[in-house]
Amino acid sequence: MQIYLPIAEMSVNVFLILGMGGGVGFLSGLFGVGGGFLMTPLLIFIGIPPAVAVATEANQIVASSVSGVLAHWRRANVDVKMGLTLLVGGIAGSSFGVWLFTILRGLGQIDLVIKLCYVVFLSVIGVLMLSESIRTLMRIKRQIRRKRHHHYWIHGLPLKMRFRRSRLYISALLPIGIGFLVGVLSAIMGVGGGFIMVPAMIYLLGMPTVVVVGTSLFQIIFVTANVTILQAVNNQTVDVVLALILLTGGVIGAQMGARASGRLQGEQLRGLLGLMVVGVCAKLTYDLVVTPPDLFFLGRVVAN
Amino acid sequence: MIREIVKVRTRHLLAGVVLLAAATPAYAVEELVVDLSSTVVEITAGFVGSELLLFGAIDGEGDVVVIVRGPLRDEIVRRKERIAGIWVNRDELLFTGVPAFYAVASNRPMEEFLPEAVAAKNWIGLENLLLLPHWKQPYAENYDSFRAALIRNKQRQGLYSRQPGNVIFLSGRLFRTKISFPTAVSVGEYGIDVYLVRDGKIVTVDTTLLNVRKVGFEAGVFGFAHRHSLAYGVLAIFIAAVAGWLASVMFRES
Repeated sequence: MQIYLPIAEMSVNVFLILGMGGGVGFLSGLFGVGGGFLMTPLLIFIGIPPAVAVATEANQIVASSVSGVLAHWRRANVDVKMGLTLLVGGIAGSSFGVWLFTILRGLGQIDLVIKLCYVVFLSVIGVLMLSESIRTLMRIKRQIRRKRHHHYWIHGLPLKMRFRRSRLYISALLPIGIGFLVGVLSAIMGVGGGFIMVPAMIYLLGMPTVVVVGTSLFQIIFVTANVTILQAVNNQTVDVVLALILLTGGVIGAQMGARASGRLQGEQLRGLLGLMVVGVCAKLTYDLVVTPPDLFFLGRVVAN
Repeated sequence: MIREIVKVRTRHLLAGVVLLAAATPAYAVEELVVDLSSTVVEITAGFVGSELLLFGAIDGEGDVVVIVRGPLRDEIVRRKERIAGIWVNRDELLFTGVPAFYAVASNRPMEEFLPEAVAAKNWIGLENLLLLPHWKQPYAENYDSFRAALIRNKQRQGLYSRQPGNVIFLSGRLFRTKISFPTAVSVGEYGIDVYLVRDGKIVTVDTTLLNVRKVGFEAGVFGFAHRHSLAYGVLAIFIAAVAGWLASVMFRES
């Protein structure tokens, strides 16, 4: 069944989009990842203009983060103060990101920048995931002793704040800075940024693991909401019809994934996810490197 | 006004176009009569492209050229260049007043009956299409290659086409042609010019207008997104938040 997307201005198969939403949702439910970093490239592969894919995916992440955060909220696993501090940087970063996005779009370079960002981040994540699961599968478990609180130069920064829920007393500049960087990526790549935010919270901020995911999701809601509004206002690239189909599939997939997570072998699946990430990355790289059949093509004229 | 009246009369005539063709030529006051199966193409949620039928009759001998021209707009052509192994957009040329759609159909290859000079003078055919670089740009040295690329890309998208033989004569005087619009068709006012050519000269031209528009839900969403973009963004977030909340509630119960 074909449906015409009003903003992307193209016709797509509903079941393909539902299936993609479901598949990526399944993985999110299984691993607790956001899925934006897989969904946006998949949308680009099926021919959705990258600018529309990024903005629409930001809109979908609002939905998946809301449904994700509520479960953590009930268990009081959200550090609101930390979330709001991250958000100060997140709002600034995502606003800057959309501004950059709009300029790059006018220059005709946005598609390239989106793809390059994906190639860089997906290759890093994919390699990390694969090596981790291979190591575990080969049962070479090295004991890594990790101190909860490292002391780097960053801990000497001013503006110290107390975060009770996270049991931390650190400079507010640190979460603001992290929030800013992830905000920029969120705007340009159409991701929530959990895949960077979560490790940064654990390793850089030293937050207890139990509040990390809830707090990350909490701030992602507002950052992606900010991206959605700014993209809608500046570029008119948010396709609500596409977002609705994606999140319908995503909701069902996430439920199934969460249920399956108890029954499936975690490490093999993590390896499989790693393979998928590397595969998507390889395809993006191939498209950037291979000689196109026609060196000339039509760009979108951005009206001023 | 007079044109309007002529049009209305044309429609009535066409109702009995077969009869007319068989009737004595004395009654056929016009040399060329044209009508469309529909004057509106509607883009709906299920839009997968559209086909229209144009039909008409000529009085006497002649060849027919049908040109469908979409609304004019700016179009940017970019050329990729390899930098550090990666294909990057480099040069670009902005064209202005480019028809979003351009299809030329005729009953036989045009060069067989239409002298090149006449075609050029009347901007008939893809090679005679008026495609000007935007005035803001300095003179573009690679104009020809960019122009060719614009036409080539449009042809690949199914938006520009050359269809010799797509005008089919049913008898000596009745003809029809199929006009196909792909999904990527632009909205706006389309002009359809039908030329009657005899002895290498254009005898008469008939112009019909066609409207391509988005209707219903699709039109509403598109219009809303462009006219009230802030409200659209807020609504998009609201929908997402409610959907996320609903999912959470359903998930909790099960």
